[in-house]
Amino acid sequence: MTTVPTLALLGGVDPWIFAFSFVTVVVTIWMGFRSAKTSKTASDFFVAGRSVSVGWNASAISGEYLSAASFMGVAGMVMSSGYDALWYPVCYACGYLFLLLFIAGPLRRFGAYTIPDFAEGRFDSPLFRKIAVCFVLFIGFFYTMPQMKGAGVTLAYIFPGMPYWVGVVLVGAVITFNVALGGMKGITLVQAFQYWMKMFAISVPVFVLMAVFGTYGNHLAETAAPGSPAVNVAEIERKTLVDKAPADEAWVSPFGPLTTKAAKAAGLTPEQTKPYSLLYTYSLIIALVCGTAGLPHILVRFYTNPDGVAAKRTTMWVMILIGVFYVFPPVFGVLGRNLLPELYAATGAKGTDKIVLELPRIINERYGIWGSILSGITCAGAFAAFMSTFSGLLVSMTGALAHDVYGRILRPRSSAEDRLKAFKISAIVVGGVAIVLGAQVEQLQINFMVGQAFAIAAASYFPLLFMSVWWRGMTMKGAATGMLGGGLAALACTTLINVSDLKVVDLTAFWAANPLIRILCEQPAIWTVPLAIVLMIVISKATSSDIPADIRMKMLVLHAPEKLGLKQEYIQEHQAGMGH
Amino acid sequence: MSSPTPDHDDLVHSESFLRTLMRRQLALSIACAATFLIALLGMPLLNYFAPGLMASRVGGYTLSWLLVGVLFFPFVWVISYYFIRRSIALEEDEVAEVAQARGGKERR
Repeated sequence: MTTVPTLALLGGVDPWIFAFSFVTVVVTIWMGFRSAKTSKTASDFFVAGRSVSVGWNASAISGEYLSAASFMGVAGMVMSSGYDALWYPVCYACGYLFLLLFIAGPLRRFGAYTIPDFAEGRFDSPLFRKIAVCFVLFIGFFYTMPQMKGAGVTLAYIFPGMPYWVGVVLVGAVITFNVALGGMKGITLVQAFQYWMKMFAISVPVFVLMAVFGTYGNHLAETAAPGSPAVNVAEIERKTLVDKAPADEAWVSPFGPLTTKAAKAAGLTPEQTKPYSLLYTYSLIIALVCGTAGLPHILVRFYTNPDGVAAKRTTMWVMILIGVFYVFPPVFGVLGRNLLPELYAATGAKGTDKIVLELPRIINERYGIWGSILSGITCAGAFAAFMSTFSGLLVSMTGALAHDVYGRILRPRSSAEDRLKAFKISAIVVGGVAIVLGAQVEQLQINFMVGQAFAIAAASYFPLLFMSVWWRGMTMKGAATGMLGGGLAALACTTLINVSDLKVVDLTAFWAANPLIRILCEQPAIWTVPLAIVLMIVISKATSSDIPADIRMKMLVLHAPEKLGLKQEYIQEHQAGMGH
Repeated sequence: MSSPTPDHDDLVHSESFLRTLMRRQLALSIACAATFLIALLGMPLLNYFAPGLMASRVGGYTLSWLLVGVLFFPFVWVISYYFIRRSIALEEDEVAEVAQARGGKERR
């Protein structure tokens, strides 16, 4: 290290890792610019002209969905917390089933650009649109924070001298610029490409690592008690765990460090903590499964399917693509525990969240530069992960700002040119806020933060969509109260947890005295989702005179096969009724 | 499309058609969701009440780890494959039903 800042920044950079990451970034930006030339009209920017094939669309949805949390966070959390963290990959993948079963088909048939469009169309209420737009932004910002942390961690790994926040600013600025120029058309292509890149980057290093250091099963077997008969003894060179690492037994068993933390802090005995752990586990599962079905930036893509059957096929493929992917990240966590336990001792950008990036490098000990090359590949995958998710979020949030706030609320009579300009300015504003927020969260785990975004979506969009699609008695007031009640409760709880975990406000004593409240704040879904649904039912019953007059037609459009051509009929009739 | 004024007396716009439509589709969705939820929500219960069984080792994995971390994904694919086949068939049925009713009406 020298005293010259730029040289210090470059000190200790592994050329292979740098090269792979650099190429990824350049290719992504190049694709963005290239597609910027071909997408000109405003509808190109918003929903990519609605003509994307099943294969492309499924890869693109998966590419967008597999964020920094999936690529880096799951592995990091499995390493730090063990078994309990497995619920994340499982529910990330399986939540899609809920989307498929209850929401994907009807939503697609209804045919609106965005969730706020759906909210307005279903309840004939421009006011409700504004409320829905707010939630696009709330959930979006919660979801951008972990992506920004992923960026900060990866850049701090590639450039060991670089502070965390510099990485956040650099990556955030590049993607914001890219989105402002390219829009979503470019992103469909880029996202699809990035899925395959992430899949390659997570699987190939796993196979190589297992070939060199022993299989997934053998590494897990190391956690069995010494002398236990079930272990098939294979030679695994295991490094000594550092003091901060959880013990084997607690790590590999259910109800381990992640779910018992609150009760342990309260000084309860192991027997007393178990019910709390079960509660935590269930609440987490509800948040993740329902949250997947309510994530706005994922839902928008269903409108790019040509018809309802294609929308269903797309979901099937998405489930296969992401299901296969999610088998791999926990392998990094398990191998990392045995091979790179030093990470347990570090925090923030240097902690377990970077296991996916750093683990392949240990192959250097045996096979020269191959470890660096593989590590370069996982870094490239990490870039693909946070860049694609961040771009997707940025498009959906910018769309909400430009299309809804500007185009509908502020200046309904603006020209197409004005709106395009508004899109670009909004992208820069949203990107800027995301960067500022992202710079604050170095100490929070990537995966944990994504879980929070899911918890808010689970308590707001999921009840809204589910109930509006299947219950005709729902009124605008009921829907709005439920969504606001559930969503804001979840938002308040997760924000409280974050400010106390970041030590902005010290609540340690309070949490220790009330472990139940801590769990219900940390994982609020178990009470906020029912709260939202109950509010919706009660208020809708109380205001049942407000049920839209053409509700039967609306339900028909939502549920009847598209081949009957009801949507067009509905729109014509609707416009005639409005006197246009 | 020549867009004639929709005839609100035909089968498609009848209350009973909408009811059967929604009931059939919801029944299918709920059956699939129930299968999925019993498995998903049953897993923590098994961990809770049968920790010994779930901690037994299969090829190095604990049983619980193997079920949740690996085998759960294919299980969900099976459910979604079944759902998609059934729901596409359901839609085709409905379209055929409507076509038949419309045909019958014109003949009258």
